[in-house]
Amino acid sequence: MYDVSIIGCGIIGSAIAYELSKYKLSTVIIEKENDVAMGATRANSAIIHAGYDPLPGTLMAKLNVRGNALCKELCEKLAVPYAQIGSLVLAFSDEEVDTLNELYDRGVKNGVPGMKILSYDEAKAIEPNIADNVKAALYAPSAGIVNPWEFALALAETAVRNGTEIMFNSPVESVNKKDGYYEIVCGDKTVTSKYVVNAAGVGALAIRDMVLPHSYDSLPSKGEYYLLDKSEGDRVSHVIFQCPTASGKGVLIAPTVHGNLIVGPNSVSCEEGDTSTSADDLAFVRNSALKSVPSTNFRANIRNFAGVRPNTSSNDYVIDCDDGFFEAAAIKSPGLASAPAIAEYVVDMMKQNGVELIEKDSFIDTRKHVRFKELSHEEREKIVKEDPLFGRVICRCETVTEGEIVEAIKAPITPYTVDGIKRRCGAGLGRCQSGFCGPRVLEILSRELGLPPEKIEKDKTGSYIVKKRRT
Amino acid sequence: MYELAVIGGGPAGLAAAYSAYTNGVKKIVILERDKELGGILNQCIHNGFGLHRFKEELSGPEYAHRFIDMLKDTSVEVRLDTMVIDITPEKKIYTDNPSGYDVIEAESIVLAMGCRERTRGAISIPGTRPSGVFTAGAAQRYLNMEGLMAGSRVVILGSGDIGLIMARRLTLEGAKVLACVELMPYSGGLTRNIVQCLHDFDIPLYLSHTVTEVRGDKRLTGVTVAKVDENRRPIPGTEMDFDCDTLLLSVGLIPENELTRAAGIEMDPRTNGAYVFENMETSIPGVFACGNAVHVHDLVDFVSDESSRAGVAAAAYIKGEKHGGDAIPFKNGSCVTYTVPQKLHKNTTAEKTDVFFRVNKVFSKSRIVVSDENGVIASFNRPFMAPGEMQHIIIPTNKLKGSESITISAEEATQQ
Repeated sequence: MYDVSIIGCGIIGSAIAYELSKYKLSTVIIEKENDVAMGATRANSAIIHAGYDPLPGTLMAKLNVRGNALCKELCEKLAVPYAQIGSLVLAFSDEEVDTLNELYDRGVKNGVPGMKILSYDEAKAIEPNIADNVKAALYAPSAGIVNPWEFALALAETAVRNGTEIMFNSPVESVNKKDGYYEIVCGDKTVTSKYVVNAAGVGALAIRDMVLPHSYDSLPSKGEYYLLDKSEGDRVSHVIFQCPTASGKGVLIAPTVHGNLIVGPNSVSCEEGDTSTSADDLAFVRNSALKSVPSTNFRANIRNFAGVRPNTSSNDYVIDCDDGFFEAAAIKSPGLASAPAIAEYVVDMMKQNGVELIEKDSFIDTRKHVRFKELSHEEREKIVKEDPLFGRVICRCETVTEGEIVEAIKAPITPYTVDGIKRRCGAGLGRCQSGFCGPRVLEILSRELGLPPEKIEKDKTGSYIVKKRRT
Repeated sequence: MYELAVIGGGPAGLAAAYSAYTNGVKKIVILERDKELGGILNQCIHNGFGLHRFKEELSGPEYAHRFIDMLKDTSVEVRLDTMVIDITPEKKIYTDNPSGYDVIEAESIVLAMGCRERTRGAISIPGTRPSGVFTAGAAQRYLNMEGLMAGSRVVILGSGDIGLIMARRLTLEGAKVLACVELMPYSGGLTRNIVQCLHDFDIPLYLSHTVTEVRGDKRLTGVTVAKVDENRRPIPGTEMDFDCDTLLLSVGLIPENELTRAAGIEMDPRTNGAYVFENMETSIPGVFACGNAVHVHDLVDFVSDESSRAGVAAAAYIKGEKHGGDAIPFKNGSCVTYTVPQKLHKNTTAEKTDVFFRVNKVFSKSRIVVSDENGVIASFNRPFMAPGEMQHIIIPTNKLKGSESITISAEEATQQ
């Protein structure tokens, strides 16, 4: 029997696991997919929002602003790529200037630091490629960009280093309240724990409905994106938003921590789990973005993708508890920025509700991630001498070495897929989209995991890459 | 310190190194990222290589080995498993190799990095993102180098040569190739490949069609193909569904030039390669470029020829023959999409100038016209021209030297 089982290993589940791993508890994370960050965490705008959007007084407002500060600290501590680059919300009309003032006031109430309303000239001076018809802009210096996959991975990995267990490929089928504990059936496995934390993202409502009376509805939607080549990476140097509307924060343009340019999302209702893109939707994204930054070169596109959104009929996050069942659900945007604060909040709630939390005597709270590309010539020379695998570049576009890939495979959370390596090391993320490194990564995975090549998958379970040649 | 460093040990690098050697350069190093020389030729196990160069039909590895053998008894040094990370304008080359991270200095450099394949993202195919979508070259590598099949029911988007070759290869290995789909109203590949790889195996070629949707959550389960109008937009109502587990993309090649750009060498947006002079020299004196890193070729034989010229020029540079000074630009005339070289050194001593280019439509009886501000300098008749077949003309250099700029154009031969 575990003390706590956490359902879901996206950014929320990972952050809660990290927070709980500071205490003397036995914890297990139950994840339906084959890796960390396979739902909403894997495909979003990768923004650490400043926190002027949520309405004052909401959990969302409080946890976004607190989370923003915590993200910065955690990313530094756990070697997660992050950059505090600030954001601009552009206004194109007098009505939108009113909206900026409203956002500014909200931001002040929410405690967002350092905001300013900029004139067109001031905005143009710090962001020269914005459109000429911009009237004003709201500047928020605390906004940042992050690698969301690595953020979740770093938190989950640190939790594992501190004793947390993870079960992958374990979709939860039922959660049954027993006498003083819960029984969770996931595939052919059954887990028992005193407490359950529901952090299942888009699947959270289904889990809740297994335990509690139905109280809100899921409104699954998706957001579609362009990822442009590094040649477009310095088109803007801040996160560029348009004024928010009822359907969300609208299409943004931002540099990524990898040096690319991300453009999106739209917001489209869809069936749960749908991550397809459509030509019309992408055209909408493209045209919206061109309104903000007319010179954006979409011919430099290297990838389109769509991400799921855990939207629900609730306007705020749903974080509550009932008889040992804790829930962090409906965590839509700005959920990524809020994650560490949500984790604190949930753990505090657990404490208030009788979970005994005794701090561990020692807690590992650092993480290393060698990125060959970022090393100096001297450091490169040294590391290749120590480990010749760093002397073999596997991904040309992102300069990722075999040493980094093997380190990722040997880390506490083993990746079994080519995309798992991409998320951890960046191999295949670049302009050739794994055309060159794909077969090589497959070969390394096959060798290191002792699995035949036809068993190595691209992404989700079932996404095999090659078949055996007939003999 | 080397006299010459050649980046890339594929057909371009091999030919450049060999011709530099035979022209008197002795301290040469070839830097190759793979574990063997030959580049992409090693996975091209079909025949048809060498018809021009060796007057024989060779396979890709055989063609490569002709050059590897020629280099065997020379002083040319080869560093395999060596990735060039960075080149500086001062001709310092940073390399990574399991035996050490190293800096190499050279008097002269030949850039011969080849090209890479355009991907799904470059053409924004909508739909889901399952496994089973490969660039044709990646599927070729899996099959011919690793003995692994990409899949069993295949649709090919694009009629570039690698896609056509793979249609045949996968069919011979027991896969069912359902269709080859080409966006343009004409094929992007060589006519001989259309005949030998599609027609001979009854594989339908759908011209003016494209893939409008990719389906499948884990592995590819199918694609939708639709006809396109003259603006290349899908026509509603023309959709056909194919149940397939594999989609191969053969939608074009892009010269590989990250090193070139990082070194600050002037690039040509039309070719995605470096601007080169008639001797294949780039905007940095002593740095030459050749092969598919400059522009994408149809035949390896032409890559070898061009790279041999780069090797000769590098040898001349090392011996002290410096160019520089004024240059005459080549311009695109009607129906011409690019030219290589893009510039001619005014003080060149070459007797003739080779110019390569592509046209943007299919011509039957036609004419290539070379002109300058004073009128026509030369013209060449052609029975047939197509975008998929690179054009080559040779012009006596003294005819060009007085021009401000030279324009190459193509036209239907109606007047004659």
